[in-house]
Amino acid sequence: MAAGTHYLPGLTPTNEASVQKSDDAAGYYVLGDKLVDPKTPTGPIADRWTTRKFENRLVNPANRRKLDVIIVGTGLAGGAAAATLGEAGYNVKSFCYQDSPRRAHSIAAQGGINASKNYKSDGDSDYRLFYDTVKGGDYRSRESNVYRLAEVSTNIIDQCVAQGVPFAREYGGLLDNRSFGGVQVSRTFYARGQTGQQLLLGAYQAMERQVAAGTVEQFTRHEMLDVIIVDDRARGIVARDMVTGEIETHLADAVVLATGGYGNVFYLSTNAMGSNVMAAWRAHRKGAYMANPCYTQIHPTCIPVTGAHQSKLTLMSESLRNDGRIWVPKKAEDCTKDPREIPEDDRDYFLERIYPAFGNLVPRDIASRAAKYMCDEGRGVGPEVDETQADGTVKKFRRGVYLDLGAAIERLGKDKIEEKYDNLLDMYERITGENPYEVPMRIYPAVHYVMGGLWVDYELQTSITGLFCTGEANFSDHGANRLGASALMQGLADGYFVLPNTITDYLADGPFDKIDESHPAVVEALEGVTSRVEKLMSINGERSVESIHKELGQIMWEYCGMDRREEGLKTAIGLIRELKKEFWTNVKVLGSADSLNQDLEKANRVADFIELGELMCIDALNRRESCGGHFRGESQTEEGEALRHDDEFSYVAAWEFGGEDGAPILHKEDLIYTAIEMKQRSYK
Amino acid sequence: MKLTLKIWRQANASEKGALKTYELDGVSSDMSFLEMLDLLNEQLLHNDEEPIAFDSDCREGICGMCSLMINGEAHGPEVTTTCQLHMRSFKDGDTITIEPWRASSFPIVKDLIVDRSAFDRIIQNGGYISANTGSAPEANSVPAPRDKAQRAFNTATCIGCGACVAACPNGSASLFLGAKITHLGELPQGQPERYSRVQSMVGQHDAEGFGGCTNIGECAAACPKEIPLDVISQLNKDLRKSLILG
Repeated sequence: MAAGTHYLPGLTPTNEASVQKSDDAAGYYVLGDKLVDPKTPTGPIADRWTTRKFENRLVNPANRRKLDVIIVGTGLAGGAAAATLGEAGYNVKSFCYQDSPRRAHSIAAQGGINASKNYKSDGDSDYRLFYDTVKGGDYRSRESNVYRLAEVSTNIIDQCVAQGVPFAREYGGLLDNRSFGGVQVSRTFYARGQTGQQLLLGAYQAMERQVAAGTVEQFTRHEMLDVIIVDDRARGIVARDMVTGEIETHLADAVVLATGGYGNVFYLSTNAMGSNVMAAWRAHRKGAYMANPCYTQIHPTCIPVTGAHQSKLTLMSESLRNDGRIWVPKKAEDCTKDPREIPEDDRDYFLERIYPAFGNLVPRDIASRAAKYMCDEGRGVGPEVDETQADGTVKKFRRGVYLDLGAAIERLGKDKIEEKYDNLLDMYERITGENPYEVPMRIYPAVHYVMGGLWVDYELQTSITGLFCTGEANFSDHGANRLGASALMQGLADGYFVLPNTITDYLADGPFDKIDESHPAVVEALEGVTSRVEKLMSINGERSVESIHKELGQIMWEYCGMDRREEGLKTAIGLIRELKKEFWTNVKVLGSADSLNQDLEKANRVADFIELGELMCIDALNRRESCGGHFRGESQTEEGEALRHDDEFSYVAAWEFGGEDGAPILHKEDLIYTAIEMKQRSYK
Repeated sequence: MKLTLKIWRQANASEKGALKTYELDGVSSDMSFLEMLDLLNEQLLHNDEEPIAFDSDCREGICGMCSLMINGEAHGPEVTTTCQLHMRSFKDGDTITIEPWRASSFPIVKDLIVDRSAFDRIIQNGGYISANTGSAPEANSVPAPRDKAQRAFNTATCIGCGACVAACPNGSASLFLGAKITHLGELPQGQPERYSRVQSMVGQHDAEGFGGCTNIGECAAACPKEIPLDVISQLNKDLRKSLILG
């Protein structure tokens, strides 16, 4: 039996590689070699990170200023890494598309950040945080990475407090924390409902300090359009200055992508308007594998769509489910009535009915799916929206369910509810124009986070040498589903503590041969980007980028959303291929390429979303099992629960780009657990 | 509803700009203000006119990217960000004037987009606590009184949008400065650099060409995060004390 088992006596770890029997995606992909060496350390799980840090080579402080590192993205993962590598003395170039690094979308995270401090003495430990994270990810993450995440979580809190992050405190002046997302311990640190903002400002300020110190150079309103590879190493990026339109090349010894998630492939999501996949996708096309792209987290409590004009969705903290009861009318004809006039007997509290043990607190994916089924049945509430069906016909649906605080207000009093959810309920009223103290709120699921991303090894290096990937942009820590308050943890873990300790081993071989802008590989990358931009400007068709993006989003949401099935995914792949043709022959971008041009920016991004969307569908089609945020209709229990197939799919699906018209190549990385036993969940 | 929009168009920093009038029909009261502009842009594109450039990103009131002067008010008639303003605050037949932030320290980049990099440079000059990664003591080793931690939080909610500057007749960034000075100055971790910080940040503020504060209070009235005016008193207090301390 492997090491690490001393944590749980009687544990039976899985040491068998799975063997896939089904082949739903036959014809859409090519099977490649297994990934055999993710550079995962061996030995007892609690010692692996310490061992690796010791084994890794270091860079002499005097040599660090001779080494250039490019970091793309300034959210928690990118901003923290820029600050830390700058402090260590490397030359950092930091890029972001926003007008300031402080605006990266980490800023919008509300809930909190997990850390196994065990301040409440309620039995928390690194192992328990590790255990909860692997289980929450439905046993589809790499255990060594997750344990490391849990291990550094406590350092993150120390670091942030030292920077002046104003976490909530108790009367004695010590840090407060709360239980979050259904876990049994209190390990979530928070700064009211704005934890992401406060953590990001901490990282931003640390980074700006390094800008002043001259170790970090920041490039705002710059977007990465390609990665430059010289002699099989990532040596720089091609970026567009979004103000002047100039296409620039920047060279370095290593490149880090901290570019966030790709939820906007669905058009509507809780991501920022500018969040996109371009940096990761350009790297993918140059050889970086994309892992588990279909793993998407759909959050059950968002404000519903009001009409075709909708540009983004807003999350309402999940904590509302602690006090709100979720229901729809029993009869479809009641759906247009004022909900206050629907008597108790005519309401269907469907989560309480189907899942009596957990009720309204079932996991995110279960709550989301149940809401979708109610609305599919015609019992949704709120405004009617048009939905295009596979056959081209348009049907009307109401996409919303009630989240009713009425009972809680009666039980606890309005003051108590106000104190708990004040900001949130104000925001709801501002957006919907309805007073949630009087009228039941309406909610509906929305895409919130993606667990998939660029494949990285234990060192956070992608399959391109010298190209690293951190934060939401990589795939590594959350498996098939992410626990609440773990996104912030992973971003900062990667940025402050993991990458700065692994990239040194790579940089120890540098500085690499000097290259300049006349190097053929640099010229080629620059020309590639320039011709793509010229092409986008010259199509001059009929359709706006927005309209094509919306259409892509509808396809993805319908067929690759909460309930995915073989037939639908195949339909989606066909529709996306058509849409790709439509885009490249009929898109319309006005203005010029050599000035600020927001339509051109969007066109570049949407072109890559289309290609990603196809790969997501192929990945979802291949994975004929339900796990975490990925639900395949064909793989469910008799009670309609997600059903995993560990014997077939206990692997990471890492996809290699198969060429412009070629099929993607699937490389499997077996997930072998030595420190935790795989279990099937049940929430009945 | 149907609206008349007067919108500032300017090709780039060096060219002259002007207000241009557009008619827009089919606006729903459920739209956000920026979704209304999305609708206009879709219409402009259809008519072969270049869409209007404006900043926005999170569209949930927290990133601070959106920045419009609406009928002469920073972020419009409600106390919120432009992205959280909804069209139900307007009525059919309204004429709405939309301009970029007006402040010489925020030069116009294009149409409704301005350059706020001056804020980054102010932060670079002391708007932080020096704590290298890895050097932090255990988080609970330094307790912070709850009321002070709460005041620190309340002022740390500044989103750096620049509405305070746009609203101020002097083009002062004192509210932005005061918010950061108060946030870091209320915490025990912020004490070692407290007085050097205020001098350095104020110095950069002045060097960027922001105006002085004459206690008008437009900034606090326009602030979407309701940063209170008393942070400027804190700023002045800390600045005076720093001068005495030398």
